[in-house]
Amino acid sequence: MNKPGILIIDDESQIRKLLEITLQSNDYAVAQAGTAKEGMAMAANHPPDMIILDLGLPDLNGQEVLKQLREWYTNPVMILSVQSDEENIIKALDNGANDYLVKPFRTGELLARIRSAWRVHASDALTPVITIGDLHIDLSLRLVKKGDMPVKLTATEYTLLSLFAKNEGKVLTHQYLLREVWGPGYINQSQYLRVFIAQLRKKIEKDPNRPEYLVTESRVGYRLSAKE
Amino acid sequence: MDTIRFSKIKKRDQYWLSLAAIALCSVIGYLLSSVVGYRVIGYTFLISVSLLAMVFDILPVLLAALLSALIWDFFFIPPYFTFQIGKAEDAILLLMYFVIAMVNAALTHKIRKMEKAAILKEEKENTVKLYNTLLNSLSHELRTPIAAIIGATDNLQNGSSKLTLQHRHDLVSEISKASFRLNQQVENLLNMSRLESGYIQPRKDWCDINEIIYRTVKRIEENKISQKISININPDLPLFKTDQGMLEQILYNILNNASLYTPPQSLIDIVAMYHADVLEITIEDNGPGFPKEEIAAVFNKFYRLKSAKAGGTGLGLSIVKGFTEALGGTVDLVNIPTGGARFTVTIPAETSYLKNMKNE
Repeated sequence: MNKPGILIIDDESQIRKLLEITLQSNDYAVAQAGTAKEGMAMAANHPPDMIILDLGLPDLNGQEVLKQLREWYTNPVMILSVQSDEENIIKALDNGANDYLVKPFRTGELLARIRSAWRVHASDALTPVITIGDLHIDLSLRLVKKGDMPVKLTATEYTLLSLFAKNEGKVLTHQYLLREVWGPGYINQSQYLRVFIAQLRKKIEKDPNRPEYLVTESRVGYRLSAKE
Repeated sequence: MDTIRFSKIKKRDQYWLSLAAIALCSVIGYLLSSVVGYRVIGYTFLISVSLLAMVFDILPVLLAALLSALIWDFFFIPPYFTFQIGKAEDAILLLMYFVIAMVNAALTHKIRKMEKAAILKEEKENTVKLYNTLLNSLSHELRTPIAAIIGATDNLQNGSSKLTLQHRHDLVSEISKASFRLNQQVENLLNMSRLESGYIQPRKDWCDINEIIYRTVKRIEENKISQKISININPDLPLFKTDQGMLEQILYNILNNASLYTPPQSLIDIVAMYHADVLEITIEDNGPGFPKEEIAAVFNKFYRLKSAKAGGTGLGLSIVKGFTEALGGTVDLVNIPTGGARFTVTIPAETSYLKNMKNE
């Protein structure tokens, strides 16, 4: 099989160099572009398996690039940006980004997120069993086990956990979770989410106060850890 | 210095007070007129005008001088109840009286102007001093890690043949430490400039305080601190509607401060409780506490304890104060009688007791 190809669109050559070394040494093929125009042309000519996109490009706002890409490009797009405010993060996720990483980042974290984004994307047929650490989620049997012990979940708790399982490693925003689990009328009722996340953690985490599986992304949402 | 404080009396009040002083002198003069000569009464007026000149602006003083001259002339210099002056020496006295009052007022006015200028100069010098302190601590805080990075990379690039594997490993770890330090300082500076610009707008949403505290403690513990942190949270704590990011930053900065400035192995104790719609988080340690005379200043921007070791910009606690106030709360610092410092962060916020939905 060919190496998976990743296109980096970032105007900072230092960041491109760092990403190139990191990705190549982890068996990815790398292409680079320094502007939005160049990047979009390269993506159109040779659609890559994944795009890593910076938001602060000199010729066009990254959010706009993302919107235009999403008109035809279906593979994962990961945002890598210095902008750390939740407004930009939520906007990028709404515009179709699969994940969002703030600079400065740890390369280990980046690689884990890439693998997870790729896995979620590639398993569109849905892997029915997800295993993270000692947590097993069987979506076909609607069964959750912690080690060998079955975990008893209420209907809402299960719906919530299954959403995370289907998007393992991907950050799910508060609004998205509230809409999917409770319905469009509830997108501002984040207190429901807080309570159910706390309840879920009590059932699936070793120490609910120091969660390893259900990770909080401050002010943005939650993700099911992609720890391997 | 007192004269400066007096001049803060409102202009309108100065006029009324001048009128009142002259009226008082007139009454005293009237009561004493049978006992003492009219010249003594003239001196009484002169003294009161001089006193007014020391504390008031020039216009109210001139008004007082003019009024007292007229009153003295009309009521006290014979012939009474006319502006006529019988003797030539009385006319001279009145003129001199007026001149002295004017000179007095003018001189005091000049002195006060000079004092104002001196204070302005002092304030300017203080600003320059603050600016220099800022530049010094900032350049130290930013240049030290940059120097470490440049030095380490130079070694790795040029001294390659003589470096042992252990050396290389150490140099890389220095680069890593320096970068994290730089990152933290930049974070502080960004937060401070957000506060200064007034751009900061809390984004309030329902917060699980339990989660926020544990998350922040985890972040602090990732710095490999030697202190032990204990957490004590009221299990009935409701959800609070406040800004999660800002609250985390407040707690992180206080804990970071405690971890940097208490001796190794010290104990840090976090307690979270609530009264009605007010969240109260206290963070106390068993370190040496703060010098009593400096407690009031530690939340000031760029303030560093006189005994503080190198490093640190004096931004952390001022961000704590700025963020807490932006959330409508207060932060308080006291030394505990048994030793150590106690920070109390109090934030009023809407609460939600939505806790049990186990059957859904």
